[in-house]
Amino acid sequence: MGSDPPLLRQQAGLTPRLLTIWSVTTYGLLFSPALVIALFSFNAPSGRFNLLWQGFTLANWRHLLSDGGLSQAFLHSVLLAITAALLATLLALPIALVVHHRRPRGSGALELVMELPLGIPEVVLGVGLLLLFVRLNVARGWPSLLLAHTLLCLSYAALALKARLSGHDWSLEDAARDLGASPLQVMLRVTLPGLMPGLLAALLLSISLSLDDVLLTSFTAGSVVTFPLWVSGAMQRQISPQIHVLSTLVLILSLGALTIGTAMPAWRRRSELKTPAVHPANSASRS
Amino acid sequence: MREVTGRWTLRQAVAVTPGLLTLLVLFVLPLLELLRQSWSQPISRFGLETTLHADAIHYREALALAGPVLGRSVVMAALATGLCLLIGFPLAWWIVRYGGMWRPLLTGLVVTPLFLNALVRAIAWSSLLADRGPLLQLLQRSGLVPMLEVIGLLQDGRLLNTSAALLAGLTYCGLPFLVLPLVASLSTIPLELLEAAADLQAGPMRSFRLVILPLALPGLISGCLLTFIPALGDVVNAQVLGGPSDRMVGNLLQNLVLVQQRFNTGAALAMVLLLIALAALLLEGRAPRNGQL
Repeated sequence: MGSDPPLLRQQAGLTPRLLTIWSVTTYGLLFSPALVIALFSFNAPSGRFNLLWQGFTLANWRHLLSDGGLSQAFLHSVLLAITAALLATLLALPIALVVHHRRPRGSGALELVMELPLGIPEVVLGVGLLLLFVRLNVARGWPSLLLAHTLLCLSYAALALKARLSGHDWSLEDAARDLGASPLQVMLRVTLPGLMPGLLAALLLSISLSLDDVLLTSFTAGSVVTFPLWVSGAMQRQISPQIHVLSTLVLILSLGALTIGTAMPAWRRRSELKTPAVHPANSASRS
Repeated sequence: MREVTGRWTLRQAVAVTPGLLTLLVLFVLPLLELLRQSWSQPISRFGLETTLHADAIHYREALALAGPVLGRSVVMAALATGLCLLIGFPLAWWIVRYGGMWRPLLTGLVVTPLFLNALVRAIAWSSLLADRGPLLQLLQRSGLVPMLEVIGLLQDGRLLNTSAALLAGLTYCGLPFLVLPLVASLSTIPLELLEAAADLQAGPMRSFRLVILPLALPGLISGCLLTFIPALGDVVNAQVLGGPSDRMVGNLLQNLVLVQQRFNTGAALAMVLLLIALAALLLEGRAPRNGQL
């Protein structure tokens, strides 16, 4: 940061450099499995398990869908993730709006209740859901999977919306109302467009959580085979490189969405700073 | 955060109902069902009907079965949380202090591991740690093997299927959950406060202890909790990375319920796990907040 006061800059010798080395190493560590997966999607494995590097090939990518069972399982997971994410976001949105906009009595408790499932080990929830479904005769398969994944996504969707809404400026809504917009119009034309980044974040987070989940799925899937269940079976039989290819695709999409979502505002801010006349308040306050 | 303004309107009540009902059915009811099953006895050997039974037999059975595993799981989860803290705190501080305009992207990149399916992540680690894999070969060439055997990083010349590999897996999976809340907490510390500390001749250690740490505490505590609880309930890492003697309580629970179909014992074990998690949550609630250390 160029705007550091001199006193703090004095000590900016060894410590920041060590910190930077530490952080870059940690990022390397965080990325290494992703890199391994991406690398091994180009591997030509000789045995049944794509775990040791043998040689470079593009065949896995060219025959992306050659493993029929895997492709179908992956399709199941994607459908499940999108449906559960949409459901969870739709359920979390009204609560988030009420809690953060109007703040009626008990809002804090409501927020806490929404986040409570995060405080419980997933395996406990899995057992509980399975026993409940058995008791209530809910078919184990798509219905139970969808219910379990909606629960999985609900708390995280609420968290993502909360992060967005706590910084939301409600004066635009007031202005729209003053100009004679009906509540529905305010909601559809002012509030929801303003919340779009938060909604997208909630959706994307939910989708990646649902795709990532192994535990709840293993307890509630019944006979439906989703991606993690297929992978789990494959680990005993044969780890085909298509698992790596599909995972790499998901990884690229998620990273792309992340980069666009977070880097765009930074770029925009930078271009705004180049024309300081627009936001005098911005240039006055240090980040 | 806005002030609490009081009354509920009918429209607000209607708006929150679907979400709350979902939570009631999919979160509260399963936990109640666990409670009921853990205190029930089947009426006949076949069929699902049960009666309540005021005898802790399932709990005794579960504890006899899982006692040592449970203890080891708690220790493993705590160790992983400690490691996450050690690795994650400097990283979070670096992101907040030196991230500048890239802070959102740097924070987001911490989540990268979560974009891979948990099993695929474990496959990647087994590639890295495999018996003929790159890491082990590097270690063998460096001649450090005997020393690493002594400190337990290697077991019988293997990296994979050891307690150390399990611990590494748990730490890796927990790191994003620790760093994110910590970054959020650390970003609220105004730079002026550090300047003031420096003005008053506080060294780096003192300003860390007296300024940064107390203000970072809320994020620190919730981060530790978000790391500890999933690690406690881990199944995948133990299955893929740990050795045969490294099974966690989650593996045992999964086996009890899905393979052996011993629902009552499983429910009791799940309740025990739930109680441990709740105890951790309560500890968090009682921990000192902002500024009071």
